[in-house]
Amino acid sequence: MANRVSVYRKEHFNAAHRLHNPALPQDENQRLFGKCNLPNYHGHNYELIVKVTGEIDQRTGYVVDTKILSDLVNEHVISKFDHRNLNLDVAEFKTLNPTAENIAIVIFNILRPFLSEQLDLQIRLYETPRNFVEYPTS
Amino acid sequence: MAIFYLTRKEHFNAAHKLYNPAWSREKNEEVFGKCANDNWHGHNFDLYVTVKGEPNPETGFIVDAKLLSSIIKTYVVDVLDHRNLNLDVPFMKDKLCSIENLVFGIWNELMPHIPAGVSLHCIKLVETPSIFIEYYGE
Repeated sequence: MANRVSVYRKEHFNAAHRLHNPALPQDENQRLFGKCNLPNYHGHNYELIVKVTGEIDQRTGYVVDTKILSDLVNEHVISKFDHRNLNLDVAEFKTLNPTAENIAIVIFNILRPFLSEQLDLQIRLYETPRNFVEYPTS
Repeated sequence: MAIFYLTRKEHFNAAHKLYNPAWSREKNEEVFGKCANDNWHGHNFDLYVTVKGEPNPETGFIVDAKLLSSIIKTYVVDVLDHRNLNLDVPFMKDKLCSIENLVFGIWNELMPHIPAGVSLHCIKLVETPSIFIEYYGE
């Protein structure tokens, strides 16, 4: 296991969202989500860090080709999320509250099938410079 | 007497879109691209407000930075944070929601509340890590 290395690729997207649980009454939504519940949406510059961990392929010297990783993230995540309204424009959030936690899980589930089973995947998502989440937990 | 420039940094998260209602959807998409997305997108905006003046001999500073912060919060951040800039902000009503118009509006909102002894010098608004705008009241 001496040659297991983590490779990180950083991407970003700008999107609108609001936090709202339609199963709860409006005053409860307001209490739980505060200004994040405001009806006309707000937005963030999301920073996405995709971490891929595995053994170095001795043929290439890579764990994963970062260009291929970047293309995957851009094609399957950024193109769907960037300059969109996460609640309204992204199918996965039609019935799922777009918290940073849930966005990270959705991104993980989108990308996981495109990576070899020998590679571990972890998503870190910054919603603001001070609020960020990781999935799966390390 | 020496003149000093003091900058206070604040931030807000908001949704917006670039859209000219006088144009067709096609023309809006041609000019504004993905920024014209119907359902909005959003940013973490960083706001830098710079005032200039001479130090008060009794305090040594040109302005109380905490007072400047509370003025910016009251008249700008509380109005913009977690809002939709196109829909929720009175001073952006019927204006194209570019950062040029936004920074101009912020200047006009702050101007009447700048403390005695300093003058408003510059407002810088950072929309993304790679796009920002400055306005000097010209």
